[in-house]
Amino acid sequence: MSDAPIIIDPVLCKGCKKCITACPFDALEMQGKLAVLKPEECRACNACVKVCPFKAISSAPEKTDSNPTGLAAFKDIWVFAEQHEGKVQEVAYELLSTGRRLAKERGCDLAAVVLGHNIKDSASHLIAAGADRVYIVDQPELAAYEADVYSDALHQLIAKYKPEVILAGATAIGRAFIAKVAVRAHTGLTADCTALSIDKETYLLHQTRPAFGGNIMATIMTPNHRPQMATVRPKVFKMAAPDAKRTGETLIETLKLITARTKIIKAEHSASTLNIAEAEIIIAGGRGLKKAENMEMLSTLAKLIGGVVGVSRACVDAGWTTAARQVGQTGKTVCPKIYIAIGISGAIQHLEGMRASDTIIAINSDPNAPIFGVADLGIVGDLFEIVPLLIDALESKS
Amino acid sequence: MHVIVCVKQVPDTTNVRINPETNTLIREGVESIINPYDEYALEEALKLKDKHGARVTVISMGPPQADIVLREAMARGADDGVLLTDRAFAGADTWATSYAIAQAIKKINPNPDLVFFGKQAIDGDTAQVGPGVSEFLNCTLITYVQALEVKGDTFIVETHMDEGTDVIEGKLPAVMTVVKEASTPRFASLGGWMIAKKAAIPKWGAKDVNAEPALCGLNGSPTKVVKIFAPPVKTGGMRMDGREEPKAAVEAIIKLLQDKGVA
Repeated sequence: MSDAPIIIDPVLCKGCKKCITACPFDALEMQGKLAVLKPEECRACNACVKVCPFKAISSAPEKTDSNPTGLAAFKDIWVFAEQHEGKVQEVAYELLSTGRRLAKERGCDLAAVVLGHNIKDSASHLIAAGADRVYIVDQPELAAYEADVYSDALHQLIAKYKPEVILAGATAIGRAFIAKVAVRAHTGLTADCTALSIDKETYLLHQTRPAFGGNIMATIMTPNHRPQMATVRPKVFKMAAPDAKRTGETLIETLKLITARTKIIKAEHSASTLNIAEAEIIIAGGRGLKKAENMEMLSTLAKLIGGVVGVSRACVDAGWTTAARQVGQTGKTVCPKIYIAIGISGAIQHLEGMRASDTIIAINSDPNAPIFGVADLGIVGDLFEIVPLLIDALESKS
Repeated sequence: MHVIVCVKQVPDTTNVRINPETNTLIREGVESIINPYDEYALEEALKLKDKHGARVTVISMGPPQADIVLREAMARGADDGVLLTDRAFAGADTWATSYAIAQAIKKINPNPDLVFFGKQAIDGDTAQVGPGVSEFLNCTLITYVQALEVKGDTFIVETHMDEGTDVIEGKLPAVMTVVKEASTPRFASLGGWMIAKKAAIPKWGAKDVNAEPALCGLNGSPTKVVKIFAPPVKTGGMRMDGREEPKAAVEAIIKLLQDKGVA
């Protein structure tokens, strides 16, 4: 069989030349009374297929099927659903809600991939969150994360099913082995995307991310390699409400995996570990607090309204608190219901980490502080005056 | 023991801005520094030199003047340095960068005991090149290392994960990325600078490391930058002067909190 991307039926062709005019690449010519393809010129754009009045021209899908490296062989959008001890991480649900929109824009299916052990229960949650299909690899070798074994598993699934797009959370795990998988698959990977969309003309994934500490945004594509891969930090996208009525398919895959070269001999994961990314109310302080003792005001306020204390980078650099509380580009991205910024001027690195918060209240003495640009309510004033008054007022209420 | 540390020269990102008319980077007046996270990587290597007498080689990829970061590393105690510099490497994304660095490592020593990276670079913030190099070298990858012990050909590391710490055991060789919690980097000594200033630092191009031209730089990069632009400016909401009327400001805060179901 010819490996030309377009097939012209010599019986149906009447030599009307409409296809010759329609072809943008001069890939068709007349030989006698028949249109003939110049395969080396053809880009398989199908313009000729559409104009032929005699249905003599058809595209050849066999071409892409028989050529596994062809980009057209890759379809569907996948979300890597990271799980810890059987619990799918929230970022996976956030990605599924964005993935749902992308799948609609692309006109394809959305699938979730779970690697782990004793994790089969996760499928129903992932389907309710938007997955049309869930690939599960449930094997003891995957019980704990190990970069080599996880890379091997995901890469085997990519080789078998050829997804067009893979999204993963930019977590400690996602940022590590996903980069290995991208190298192995010889494809592009864009880290920490803050916006994703499908280009209306090329159907490529447009991946937008901050660079240079958030001072610059860049939009990136992977035009000639598949899958197109991107990571997104937790809390950057919003999670949609689950729909228990959704239905989907679950595929259990059994893989022959490589042997791990390392082993975890101790894991100290405490549930009580502070995770400001999960907080609904954050009282954040910055350089304006002037000294470590004044951090006390933040905790008092946080206790009164049920929030947790966050800080800008300045407080961590000054040694007033630990990096676990840092909000911003080099700290955590947060998206609480309420974010109160006290004495934070709002360097771009900080704003990138909190601008998605539902309601932002800022208290700062500098009327030109950039934080006011993102605040729903901005109070220009002395925090050492305003905050104690606020604490008094809240205490008298309770 | 031979340890290789990969360091990057980065602009001090806090000062990088975009020209809103041309959408190009304004680099004038922006100081170049050694990527801060790479200092922790270097410190881990130097600790192995102190303890086990490891030879420490630093490599960097960048413009010809990036040799300064290698000299700085040598002033702190690294034994030798190599600069990967070639027009052919320009515009490399993380895939093409990982490839070029892995090729250079193979030339320096096909079997190094350890290769260190900082957890990420502050200009791109991708954290992808360390893992990428581990893939090209087919080498064990350990990310976010905050403590390291090496005994013979065995290592035990503590890694800084999202939910706590993991203690991991494995065999050398390995590629590791290092976090800030690992240590406080040492300063360069004056004597160190005297030696480092005069040190010969070989400059290698794509041919020197047997890198396929089609896999280098912009050509070899699967990702393409479509556009760069300044982040959107948000206009703020309500503004109040708390200097004149602090009580009214506090009332406004409390009202907003109540509207949102808090307080």
